[in-house]
Amino acid sequence: MTALIPLPIAIPLLAAAISVIVGRSRQAQRVIGLVALASTTAISIALLIGADRDGILVAQSGGWPAPIGISLVVDRLSGIMLVTSALMLLAVLIFAIGQGGVERQHVAFHPMYLVLASGVAASLTTGDLFNLFVAFEMMLAASYVLITMGGRADQVRSGMTYVVISLVASTFFIVVLALVYTATGTVNFADLAGRIPQLPQGTQVMFAVALLVVFGIKAGLFPLFFWLPDSYPTAPGPVTAIFAGLLTKVGVYAIIRTQTLLFPAEAQLGTLLLVVASLTMAVGVFGAIAQDDMKRILSFHIVSQIGYMIFALGLFTVAGLAAAVFYTFNNIILKTSLLLVTGLVERRGGSSRLSEVGGLVRGAPLLGLMFALPALSLAGLPPFGGFVAKFAVFDAGVQSSEWVVVGVAAFVSLLTLYSMTKIWAGAFWGDPDDRPRQRPDTSDTLGGPALMMASTAAVVVIGVAVMIFARPLYSLSERAAEDLLEPIRYVSAVMGGRP
Amino acid sequence: MSVLVAFVAAVLVGCGTWLLLQRRLSRIIIGVGLLGHAGNMLLMVSGGRRGTAPLIGTGDPAGFSDPLPQALALTAIVITFGITLFLLALGFRSWQLTNDDVVEDDVEDRFIARQQRVDRDIADEILAEAAQAAEEDRR
Repeated sequence: MTALIPLPIAIPLLAAAISVIVGRSRQAQRVIGLVALASTTAISIALLIGADRDGILVAQSGGWPAPIGISLVVDRLSGIMLVTSALMLLAVLIFAIGQGGVERQHVAFHPMYLVLASGVAASLTTGDLFNLFVAFEMMLAASYVLITMGGRADQVRSGMTYVVISLVASTFFIVVLALVYTATGTVNFADLAGRIPQLPQGTQVMFAVALLVVFGIKAGLFPLFFWLPDSYPTAPGPVTAIFAGLLTKVGVYAIIRTQTLLFPAEAQLGTLLLVVASLTMAVGVFGAIAQDDMKRILSFHIVSQIGYMIFALGLFTVAGLAAAVFYTFNNIILKTSLLLVTGLVERRGGSSRLSEVGGLVRGAPLLGLMFALPALSLAGLPPFGGFVAKFAVFDAGVQSSEWVVVGVAAFVSLLTLYSMTKIWAGAFWGDPDDRPRQRPDTSDTLGGPALMMASTAAVVVIGVAVMIFARPLYSLSERAAEDLLEPIRYVSAVMGGRP
Repeated sequence: MSVLVAFVAAVLVGCGTWLLLQRRLSRIIIGVGLLGHAGNMLLMVSGGRRGTAPLIGTGDPAGFSDPLPQALALTAIVITFGITLFLLALGFRSWQLTNDDVVEDDVEDRFIARQQRVDRDIADEILAEAAQAAEEDRR
């Protein structure tokens, strides 16, 4: 089983190299991309099952024992995230192939997309702080190319903001790494978990805050989110969907991993996280309400939703962490499906501006249904998966008596519902007010090309499946949370029984 | 020695931050480069005292310098180099499109702000008309 651990990183990376070689043939690139991501998905599922059954799986690269070599670790949290991300990457690739557009015009799309997949898997499995930096850079370098692919003026403008803010975060990460190494002499997570508690408490808290800032920029926490709603919407449709679904949540994963594993209870940033979470939730949703473009509304909602995950994490209880894990993977699925539907709306209506499209539910009822299911789930209406996730977060908050934050979360939840109904009323009901800039494409009776519809429907169905299998999935999240609160399990699995 | 290196890193961070806050991408790129150098210098300091080249069989392992930060710095340098190239390409594309490399404001933000100003103006007009009507009624 441990031999499988490097494969979610290696297969897409190898496939990216082959994809460059066969760049002349788009068909060959498609086959390679699909085969690579499908096999990654299968391996990720096997890893999750293995990690759930046998406990934490560890592979020491090159056979060097930790902390000398680079450890790759799959515990339940990593496994859940790996499976969700692999499924979304596969579905969005199929969507991109169906859409044509950027995928057809650019040789670099497939290789870069596969490097992104590899970087995401590497971020999720690494057991080493420096390797996490490298994995983030892989992911980000691919995302820089994907976000500016097309080279339009607005993409170049927002691409600059995105690249520069990511570079600032990366540089800060390097500085933190240097400080951590100076203080402890190691960058291995398991080793750090043993050595950081020996440092003076002020230093511990400083490291915790510094790592929160580094990953907070990537996750889009208040007040570090400002780049996100500006840059994501300008990317090509499928790219926006995968960025919105995955990239910020990889940042959230890094926050959960480092804050629970590396720092002892007295250096954990509970209160700070709760305050930041409330502000993130509120500011994100207020931003969303003001917007007119569907992509931008949803991008602001990414920020708002991140707040819920950080709120649940900030409680540092089993219920809180279980809610954070459940919320995170459920949100990846919902956000991806909503932005895929937005891509279809843009194609069907000629624009994603609410002031320019309208009445879509008459011509394309299926599109309306595929928007309504994840949108209601995102707003947290029962019986959808989003309701289970939100209920878990509220329940955990109530158990810890954090009434103020629970109140903020409930209020934000109402505003989320309001802005979802705003999209519904603007895009699916009524008449188009202005003529859209592009000619709408109403040739398909379904609402879009079959491949795009099928992949979007698949993601929506996965979202519904979360609702149906909410109980086993929640108990899996609970087991993952128990692992997170017992860092000794992680440490002893990686260090092989040595302290 | 490490105080000097740390001081140099601080100066680099200062200059880099100033350049990063400029509007032109060419200056931002130089700023990012300086910040990257500062990070790498800090990585070098984190290795501790100086020593001989850490090659097995060339001497006493106790006298070796710590090889890990050097490896980390090398990786970081390669990554910064690649991303800087990408930024230069982005700046070139911006120059192709607009004959300039100024990082613009978010247009959509301005659009939304204008939209709300228009809404407020309309609301003001309605209020003013209502006040005028009330005035006339009183007369």
